[in-house]
Amino acid sequence: MSGILNSSIGRKFAMALSALFLMFFILQHFAINILSVFSPDTFNEVSHFMGTFWAVQYLLQPVLIIGVIFHFAMGFILEFKNWSARKINYAKNNGAANSSWMSRNMIWSGGFILVFLIIHFIDFWIPEINTKYIAGDMSGLVDPNVADSGFRYYEELVHKFVPIWRVALYCLGFIFLALHLLHGFNSAFQSVGANNKYTKGLKGFGKAYAIGIPLGFIFIALFHHLKACCGL
Amino acid sequence: MNLTLKIWRQKNANDKGQLVDYKVTDISPDMSFLEMLDVLNEQLINKGDEPVAFDHDCREGICGMCSLYINGEAHGPDRGVTTCQLHMRMFKDGDTIYIEPFRAAAFPVIKDLIVDRTSFDRIQHAGGFISVNTSGNTIDANAIPINKQDADTAFEAATCIGCGACVASCKNSSAMLFVGAKVSQFALLPQGQVEATDRVLNMVKQMDDEGFGNCTNTGACEVECPKGISLENIARMNQEYLKASLKG
Amino acid sequence: MALDSKTPEGPIADKWTNYKNHIDLVNPANKRNIDVIVVGTGLAGGSAAATLAELGYNVKAFCFQDSPRRAHSIAAQGGINAAKNYQGDGDSTYRLFYDTVKGGDYRSREANVYRLAEVSANIIDQCVAQGVPFAREYGGLLDNRSFGGVLVSRTFYAAGQTGQQLLLGAYSAMNRQIGRGKIKMYNRHEMLDIVKVDGKARGIITRNLITGEIERHSAHAVVLGTGGYGNVFFLSTNAMGSNVTAAWKAHKRGAYFANPCYTQIHPTCIPVSGDHQSKLTLMSESLRNDGRIWVPKHMKDVEAIKNGTLKPKDLKEEDRDYYLERRYPAFGNLVPRDVASRAAKERCDAGYGVNATGEAVFLDFASAIQRYGKETAHVKGLDENDAVLIKKLGQEVVKNKYGNLFQMYEKIVDQDPYNTPMMIYPAVHYTMGGIWVDYNLMTTVPGLYCIGEANFSDHGANRLGASALMQGLADGYFVLPYTIGDYLSDDIRTGQISTDTKEFDDVEKEVREKIDFFVNNDGSHSVDYFHKKLGKIMWNKVGMSRNIKGLTEAISEIKALREQFWKEVKVPGANEEYNEELAKAGRVADFLELGELFAKDALNREESCGGHFREDAVELDGEQKGEAKRDDENFAYVSAWEYKGEPSDAILHKEQLEFKDIELKQRSYK
Repeated sequence: MSGILNSSIGRKFAMALSALFLMFFILQHFAINILSVFSPDTFNEVSHFMGTFWAVQYLLQPVLIIGVIFHFAMGFILEFKNWSARKINYAKNNGAANSSWMSRNMIWSGGFILVFLIIHFIDFWIPEINTKYIAGDMSGLVDPNVADSGFRYYEELVHKFVPIWRVALYCLGFIFLALHLLHGFNSAFQSVGANNKYTKGLKGFGKAYAIGIPLGFIFIALFHHLKACCGL
Repeated sequence: MNLTLKIWRQKNANDKGQLVDYKVTDISPDMSFLEMLDVLNEQLINKGDEPVAFDHDCREGICGMCSLYINGEAHGPDRGVTTCQLHMRMFKDGDTIYIEPFRAAAFPVIKDLIVDRTSFDRIQHAGGFISVNTSGNTIDANAIPINKQDADTAFEAATCIGCGACVASCKNSSAMLFVGAKVSQFALLPQGQVEATDRVLNMVKQMDDEGFGNCTNTGACEVECPKGISLENIARMNQEYLKASLKG
Repeated sequence: MALDSKTPEGPIADKWTNYKNHIDLVNPANKRNIDVIVVGTGLAGGSAAATLAELGYNVKAFCFQDSPRRAHSIAAQGGINAAKNYQGDGDSTYRLFYDTVKGGDYRSREANVYRLAEVSANIIDQCVAQGVPFAREYGGLLDNRSFGGVLVSRTFYAAGQTGQQLLLGAYSAMNRQIGRGKIKMYNRHEMLDIVKVDGKARGIITRNLITGEIERHSAHAVVLGTGGYGNVFFLSTNAMGSNVTAAWKAHKRGAYFANPCYTQIHPTCIPVSGDHQSKLTLMSESLRNDGRIWVPKHMKDVEAIKNGTLKPKDLKEEDRDYYLERRYPAFGNLVPRDVASRAAKERCDAGYGVNATGEAVFLDFASAIQRYGKETAHVKGLDENDAVLIKKLGQEVVKNKYGNLFQMYEKIVDQDPYNTPMMIYPAVHYTMGGIWVDYNLMTTVPGLYCIGEANFSDHGANRLGASALMQGLADGYFVLPYTIGDYLSDDIRTGQISTDTKEFDDVEKEVREKIDFFVNNDGSHSVDYFHKKLGKIMWNKVGMSRNIKGLTEAISEIKALREQFWKEVKVPGANEEYNEELAKAGRVADFLELGELFAKDALNREESCGGHFREDAVELDGEQKGEAKRDDENFAYVSAWEYKGEPSDAILHKEQLEFKDIELKQRSYK
């Protein structure tokens, strides 16, 4: 077991495991966000629970952050190694003949997702950490001094999607996420050695997931934007 | 047909190398790609120039010696063939054809279009065998029945000709399809079980040491493989490797 | 020197066992001090190298390819024979022995062939233990198929890639020993000469094909497993690099060359398409199980097919000449290879060839497709009168059996063999002749062994299908490792052989001189120019059908061509680099000598036997009129030629063949 991360297959396996974890996280993230469309109250309650429950905050959140950082760092390390495995490039290379654009450009879709994530963190996560752990306000209320001011989560969410530039950026981020997942979902299963009678069915599910989830996020963003601006 | 060829010329391993343009005329569509290069070489020799060096031997698609990267694809635009089985009818009169060596840090160029693929051999030395002596005292061949499906799948994996098209096509120059095929062949057979753990660990280690890249599952190798070796073999190797890592 | 085959005494079935019981052995500690050189890494060389290393010898193995796995054994399609009798159809060691001797037209040495049949079963055990994935039945046991010229199913196979799987098995056995350091592998090295010390083979001179470096390698014994010389015809099913150089150099150093004229011309190859052709592709013999061979009956139809106004499939049944079925009603399309090849040539020479060059006949699967289609429809309870359905079902069956071959054909010829008959023509495939060896597989040079296709031993004048793989592995895994021990047991006190001696100096000097000549000779023609010319002479005058006039002309034409070669050959580049033209020049120089000896041998053998057909040795009347006529009274011997300078000076030595266990009969396929 020792040194497994020093081998190509070990790294690939680790990459796949972190990917599977992140895909599960995205699913969970989506499940909560979609509540904001149907029931702002439920959304607020779930958000408050996630934001204050110790196991989520002190166990899952660090794991998630480590997972994200690991996935990105390993992705870049592997890509760098892969570049050095071919010192001279082909003068003419017809990659489209044998592989999908998505599979050949994971580093670029991943890179854009990283940019998006930074903005996303600045938008939501940093203010959240700031409010809770620096300012020490664990109440989750719009006005911590007014007990019936209501939860702030829904309002903050809606507020963020007012500017069109941010909505556009988010949509673009989700398109890249879709491209990334279109290859990444099944790639992760292949990497952990999935090779059985379910593999074929899994491919279809992977496509549905890769397109469905980002599309859902786009829908949420557009929904809030249109609702706020056009009174949908 | 009349064609323009852009061919990689490199005097030896230390030379920098460059693409050089050549013209060939009156090429018959019935020629194989290598016969077209024979025509060019005959031309060059008669002019007193050095012919283009390229690897080739059986010219029937089984020895795995030929290894050209033609118009951006290993073994050219046709499917399920090696370069020697590629025919000129795949091209049109007036075409420009890029001919480059298989590129990978683990396949250094020896001369022109010839690369050194002994890294593949070294991976096989590390574990591509079953340790049984050729003593003549082995048990009867039919003593161990083998499920037909496993035998057939093992055979399909074993049809790899070791040409290196998988590495050449892979954007990461990964050798996983090649190694996966060998690991799979033995993993599927009862004879291969005894040494399964050491085999996969040693072969993968050697593969890494040779400087091949990592697999990112683009599937290009499977498409370009002249023998249609399946990606399942990589999944099977991953499984074998993880099992072995947990054990050993 | 009188030829001594060193065949052990005693009944044929006990010879090998008795022999093994009485030979000298080398103890394991001493084996560590003994070096063996193996040149060639095909089935014979590869298996020998692996086995010798397992036994404890230090092996140095050489191949000109970039990896031992690429030797041309890899291209063998059909299968490997073994007297396992798994099918319970009455097979036995004796029967395999008998079939092989008869198939070889009674021109092989009985004791060698019996031993081959005896060890054949063990080959299969060995290969399965190594993980060779042979075809299996649903019950999990090994499957067999039937091959030409025999009445039992004894051929083991792995789809159409049996040679590949067996070679990869031998390669894996080598890899294990390379990994252990017991084999030192020299890829991309070509053997250019043998070095003898005190009359014994003690080393070789090689050229590193990448750097051009000339190297000396010494050993206590040298083994050649360097394959056949079919490329003397330029066009053959051999690999481009297959050559006679190692064997020829051995010949020049004193090894007798036996039966050079025995060449197998395989009937089912894809025809030549033009002057650009560089090599020929075999379509497996198995196709003749279902394909029917024909040409049109009338010349007007031949013309119409040639100029494209008539499609072959539209020609009426009664206007077709199924000449094999007509001439050989008993065996029909399944006559042995030599007979089928000559019959095709006869039709094409008479003007009935069906392609532009006039050198092709049809191999038609239409009736097999019909037959299989009807069978399948019957089994599935479908309409047997629906022509479209029948064709579709039949095509599926044919695809399952021969899919990869059909695909290969389509890629090369650009015609769909499911809908139009294949065109085929005979091509040079295998050479039964080779370096003469005794029962120990040792040549007439002490310490120099020769195995596999490179030697002459087991196939007589014609080889049966699926026997080449058997012989290569038998020699390498099971025969040579024993017999060589008997010789090496005298060498346990010899110690390392020095390469720093006059003998090595002299041979290396000769090698260098030849190379210097090539790179400095500012000639006017490429090596291929001469090779193609040689091929044309060989094919036209020393090919499928030979006569005194043609052979005499061939001898003088080859001699003249050789002289021209040494004046006008042009080799670009230098020695100190990768230089394929230089490598080719050396090989063609040797072919130009071998070709002449080949013709001389064919001229000497005034009989027709197996692959050697003399127009002046045919049955003149009776049922067999026009068929090959063997002359057992005067020619039941092996022709072993001793080198004396020019091929024309070669001296013939005869090893009389004795048949104690098999009665000599005429082969009849009528």
